[in-house]
Amino acid sequence: MKQLKNYELRIMNCRKNKIIFIFPFVFFIWSLICFSETISSTELINSAKQYDGEEIDYKGEVIGDVMVRGRFAWINVNDGKNAIGIWLPQPLVKEISYTGSYKAKGDIVEVKGKFNRACIEHGGDLDIHAVSLQIVQKGENVDEVISPRKIKVAIAFLIICLTLTVIYFIKLGYGNRS
Amino acid sequence: MVLKPHLDDFKIIGYYLGKITIGIGLFMLIPIICALGFREVSPTFDFFIGIGVSFLCGFILTRICFTDKDLNWMQGMIVVSLSWLVATAIGAIPLYLSGHFKSYLDACFDAMSGFATTGLTLAQDIDHFSYAHNLWRHLIMFIGGQGIVIVALSLFVKGFSGAFKMYVGEARDERVLPNVIHTSRFIWLVSIIFLVLGTLALGITGLLNGMKAQNAFFHGACIFMAAFDTGGFAPQSQNILYYHNMTFETITIVIMILGAINFKLHYHLWTGNFKELFRNIEMRTFFVTIVITFIITAIGLHKLGIYQPAIVLFRKGFYQLISGHTGTGFQTIYAKQFIGGWNELSLTGVIFAMALGGAVCSTTGAIKMLRIGIIMKAVKEDIRRIMLPEKAIVVQRFHHVKNIFLEDKQVRAALLISLCYLLLYAAGALVGMFFGYPFVDSLFESTSAAANVGLSCGITDTAMPVFLKFTYIIQMWAGRLEFMSIFTLLGFLIAAIKGK
Repeated sequence: MKQLKNYELRIMNCRKNKIIFIFPFVFFIWSLICFSETISSTELINSAKQYDGEEIDYKGEVIGDVMVRGRFAWINVNDGKNAIGIWLPQPLVKEISYTGSYKAKGDIVEVKGKFNRACIEHGGDLDIHAVSLQIVQKGENVDEVISPRKIKVAIAFLIICLTLTVIYFIKLGYGNRS
Repeated sequence: MVLKPHLDDFKIIGYYLGKITIGIGLFMLIPIICALGFREVSPTFDFFIGIGVSFLCGFILTRICFTDKDLNWMQGMIVVSLSWLVATAIGAIPLYLSGHFKSYLDACFDAMSGFATTGLTLAQDIDHFSYAHNLWRHLIMFIGGQGIVIVALSLFVKGFSGAFKMYVGEARDERVLPNVIHTSRFIWLVSIIFLVLGTLALGITGLLNGMKAQNAFFHGACIFMAAFDTGGFAPQSQNILYYHNMTFETITIVIMILGAINFKLHYHLWTGNFKELFRNIEMRTFFVTIVITFIITAIGLHKLGIYQPAIVLFRKGFYQLISGHTGTGFQTIYAKQFIGGWNELSLTGVIFAMALGGAVCSTTGAIKMLRIGIIMKAVKEDIRRIMLPEKAIVVQRFHHVKNIFLEDKQVRAALLISLCYLLLYAAGALVGMFFGYPFVDSLFESTSAAANVGLSCGITDTAMPVFLKFTYIIQMWAGRLEFMSIFTLLGFLIAAIKGK
């Protein structure tokens, strides 16, 4: 009976040791999964204090200009809600081929770097100092889609306007003569 | 007894309204040229439709209501108040057709915000706006800043006495030159010269900071129009934060201050009278209020300890403050940061600055410096009266281009308009609170709308209640026109219904 109890205790201790060993491993894997998840701009702006100084992943479309400043560069990345400024080494921006504008869909990039609630280096700007940039999806030029109804309405108005202008000038001419 | 308006009243109002409508349509030719230059086809059609509607409405009104009579005071005021609504409705057409607005009301919100030089926006996905639509958003601020009616009429009319009544109706009670048309042309001259210089300065700065040449100068022109007319729109969703550049911010501060200065003072500076800059009551009051409101904001931010060292605090704090004080609304922080990152003391400093505004006869909104200066002088006079013997004659003077003796009627007028503004700020805040927004947030956004500032703490959003959108539109309209023309319109409507 005593032997059985000792055996059970040993098994329990062994389980405990396993749990103690497995727990940090699971936690490490879990934190890795969580860390690799990108954080939205809304969350970064609304909970800026919480993320201040943290290493984060942020994903979105590069919009506007790539502004090279010496060995570094500024890009602005919009995740659909807000755009956040990314400060990164200049060689990294060479991979960017499309930036979002009226006629183009910018590259979707994922950046990893340090989030600053009020960056001392950049006059208190909320920004991310990126250490890596990965192109998730290449951008492309966007063709304008014009609705045929819009064209018809615009042409109709153009004809009406021209007619009214002609009538106005004819009347003005008669008025001046009389 | 209230007299019912005569048919002639309606005809005269309709005729001038028609002329102004055509004038607004003609301005749409500028974004069309821009669209053709950048090979943007869809926006070209949007603006053709906008021009078409304005020309059609304008021609119908001028034909049906044709008259050669001049305006009286009442008619002039009504034309002004209605013109701003008509301009909003027409100016919103190309914006709505751009597909960047969830509803026509949202487009009207932006159009009124632009014309009234406010800067609050409900536009979606600004970063993918076409050049033409972006130019239109900024151009309407340039037109609204000078005064829609005066801009439209100064281009087509050689001179008539009714123009002055409309000039006054647009909250410009000071003439720079004896003739009001010459005055408005002077305002145009100043604005266009500054436009060229400002665009060059901002464009070159953008270029040196890595922007493409076409974007640098396009942004330069847009930002100039928004800064000089104390509007606050920007071509990108991040507003001024997009540029990440201190020189750019400094140039916009200079332009914002130039926009907040009385055009009469601009005239004196142009003619070499620099002493006026230091003697003028408005400039002195402006300096004092900037210092006081900045101290309040800076103490608040210092307590928070977000912005360190002091230079960072100054860069962030002073920029938002001067932007609010001049009524511009440029931001170098995100709207949500005001509420999430700033404390109530720092927000109070900005709210005070927004509520006070810039100079009269400038492009700013709010109570304005001349009125604050006059009220302060009156307070000083009353204190002196109490302190001195009863028989002593107390006289108070102030310098505004010339030395003027302070009279009760000036104080009364200043207090009346100030009271109207305070009530307007409070009314908007109450509506905001009614919809469940906290007090400080509601007061901040309401003051920003009514004082035509454009700083936002995040309430202005396409998802906000429709009634609140209407409230802000009315606040922007009333705040820009300084009430009188709107009171006249209300009186006219009451007379039309109840009059005999």
